[in-house]
Amino acid sequence: MNDAPLHAPVQAAGLFTAYDVPDFFCELLNRKDPPPPGLLQIKERLAQFTLAELRHRTAAAEAQLYRLGITFTVYSDSKAIDRILPFDMIPRVLTATEWDHIDRGVQQRVQAINLFLHDIYHDRAILRDGIIPADLVLKNPNYCEAMVGLKVPGGVYVHINGTDLIRDQDGRFLILEDNARTPSGVSYVIENRHMMLRLMPDLAAGVPLRSVEEYGLKLHQSLCEVSPEGVLDPQVVLLSPGIYNSAYFEHVFLAREMGVPLVEGKDLVVENHRVFMRTVAGLRPVHAIYRRLNDEFLDPLAFNPESMLGVPGLVDAYRRGNVTIANALGTGVADDKAVYAYMPRIIRYYLNEDPILESVQTHICAEPEGLAYTLANIEKLVIKPVGESGGYGLLIGPHATQDELEEFRRRLKDNPANYISQPVVNLSVSPTLCPAGVEARHVDLRPFALTGRSTWVLPGGLSRVALRKGSLVVNSSQGGGSKDTWVLAS
Amino acid sequence: MTEISTNPVHIQPGLNNLLSRYAECMMWLARYMERIENLARLLEVTESFVRGADGRPGWDTILQINSDEDCFFARHQTATEQEVLAFYVTEQENPNSIKAMAHAVRENARAVRPLISTEMWMQLNVFTRWVLDLHPSDIRANSLSGLCNRLKQECQSHYGITEGTLYRDQAWLFYLLGKHLERSDQITRLIDIRYHTLLPAHEEVGSGIDITQWASILRSAAAYHAFRRLQPVTTTPVNVVGFLLKNEGFPRSLSTSLRMLDSTLSTIAGHGSLRRLCAPIQECVAELRVTLADQTVEDIIIRGLHEYMQWIQTQISRVQQETALAFWPAPGILGGTPSVQVQQ
Repeated sequence: MNDAPLHAPVQAAGLFTAYDVPDFFCELLNRKDPPPPGLLQIKERLAQFTLAELRHRTAAAEAQLYRLGITFTVYSDSKAIDRILPFDMIPRVLTATEWDHIDRGVQQRVQAINLFLHDIYHDRAILRDGIIPADLVLKNPNYCEAMVGLKVPGGVYVHINGTDLIRDQDGRFLILEDNARTPSGVSYVIENRHMMLRLMPDLAAGVPLRSVEEYGLKLHQSLCEVSPEGVLDPQVVLLSPGIYNSAYFEHVFLAREMGVPLVEGKDLVVENHRVFMRTVAGLRPVHAIYRRLNDEFLDPLAFNPESMLGVPGLVDAYRRGNVTIANALGTGVADDKAVYAYMPRIIRYYLNEDPILESVQTHICAEPEGLAYTLANIEKLVIKPVGESGGYGLLIGPHATQDELEEFRRRLKDNPANYISQPVVNLSVSPTLCPAGVEARHVDLRPFALTGRSTWVLPGGLSRVALRKGSLVVNSSQGGGSKDTWVLAS
Repeated sequence: MTEISTNPVHIQPGLNNLLSRYAECMMWLARYMERIENLARLLEVTESFVRGADGRPGWDTILQINSDEDCFFARHQTATEQEVLAFYVTEQENPNSIKAMAHAVRENARAVRPLISTEMWMQLNVFTRWVLDLHPSDIRANSLSGLCNRLKQECQSHYGITEGTLYRDQAWLFYLLGKHLERSDQITRLIDIRYHTLLPAHEEVGSGIDITQWASILRSAAAYHAFRRLQPVTTTPVNVVGFLLKNEGFPRSLSTSLRMLDSTLSTIAGHGSLRRLCAPIQECVAELRVTLADQTVEDIIIRGLHEYMQWIQTQISRVQQETALAFWPAPGILGGTPSVQVQQ
């Protein structure tokens, strides 16, 4: 299977001389099939770089990110510290064929998610037919009663979706997680590309890459398409928790790319069940809201009365069809880690198709056989709490101590419904600049899909890289960085 | 005379939906940047040119100019150079310190970041972070004048980038409003306190004076050379005050700032529905301009310069209040929660 020569003479001469090609699938240097010509060209060009040159450019890139304020804010000891997301200059490259597969797979997934959400808030056929346990859906903390029976424009619930993909030992793409609430990270995809074109023009020159420039336009277009009926020139806004939010940069970025106002809750007001923004010329109507605020903060009248971030009366205006909220409320049921286990069945149920992108095999601890299997094989599995995100609170069996395994066994028995388990997937790696040189680091991929009248997937997506050696956790809150993702046009 | 700063403000029609919060932040962004520059000028000039009776720099006068004595002496015993400088540069508890103002600039700039040009944001980002990282020890280490020069230059870079890159819509107009309002305020504060301390008795008007002290006033306003060209021989208090208040060609004079305010307001009022909202603000500014035009400097001084400067400052804060009332009405009037923007 591994017939392709790993080290052509030209690579042996440069950047990758000391690269210890690992056993895992390597996005650049250990593909199981002979690499396509475009990828080969990039690899050869990269090999010409010296380590010193790559470090020099990395330092320049990080200085630029800092100056540009492409940062997220970390609060500690009441001090606000602006951090950049570490950026690796060696791109992660996907071939046209690989991308075509992902593109179709993500579209299928998003379509199924939207049909699923429509169903659980209307007829609940999937529950009646016993495809997925009714309790898992109806008693899910993210299930939103305010959505029951509500008709949303175009039947679209998830307008913006992020699908977390990983590659296994054989280079097979697997869906690890869906992000159907307020997925973040897309600004890095575009800013990373800008950075690469500025600082690595010699690497990108003449390489036919799929562009990422269209995202803002497509996002605006999608939101216009799902605006309330009868509005000719809809006013779209981006609703942000404000300048203290750690993802504020991304909110600014997206508002600018769409050319729409970035508003905070206090900029909006509901009168006569319609939403307006406060402008110097008085109140102006708002028709579609891309919100980067969780459900529970949206409207103090409908949810958390303590929320200062939301807009009183917003949910009522929404239920009357006077404003579109993207994503819709209650979409968190679809990206729940326990519901995830049923996604292949959900796809077959609604679309009568096999999933184009496979999922990671998942054991549901709420089910007796899943719990039994998990307890018996805990040292081989990844255990995930279903409610958490950001890589918090999970156990990676093979990396855990005896005490940690014991602790998790106890937690599993105490509250089995809170956990799922999956086999450890040997995530693919990508050569990454590290303190000691260019080394293999694990990566994942989060493509972003936009849905208005139809679904469009931004070519590429966010490649996150676990900067610690051997680490499988790529989240930025856990020491992850990012790479530019290059999709070859041919 | 060539009027260098009277070019009318042109702006793009049709962009009539500026968020109130953005308008407010643009105005304060401009005000704080202007204030930082003025303070840097004052600090520099105080060190170099202002001498107390003992011949040492008059650090207490700067506290007077800014009416900061209460605030200062609440935390400090004596107005030594070191303590006054720390108070004005690095002491974040002092809302009028450069650091506190840079913080306010940064918060306002972050709020309008979707609106301003990337180049504006980049410069403000780097500038404010530099100021926020300043230590009291940095003030001496690099010499005060070096520090003040960098502060002034950063402010001037900001104006240049803004002039060259900010799209001319309503955001620009509110920025101009803040800038010229702040300049009006600063020049009257400068005149008021310096005139007061240097020439307390009315009968001395026109008599021989300490030219160095008066020149320092001009220098704090970057007016020294322009004044020299206009008044090569006679440096009298009347001439200096007249130049700073009424000269139409000097970009920081009161009359220039008021004229720019007026012209900016007319442009805002040109947006149909805003005419009515602008009226009370325009009225305030018109009153300011008329009283300035109708009196000679001698009249002003005889009737009481201090009282006049105080009245102008009151009018200026009325302009700010009327603007807020018209364009970002407080909660209760429209409902909702108050704005959190840092003000003075």
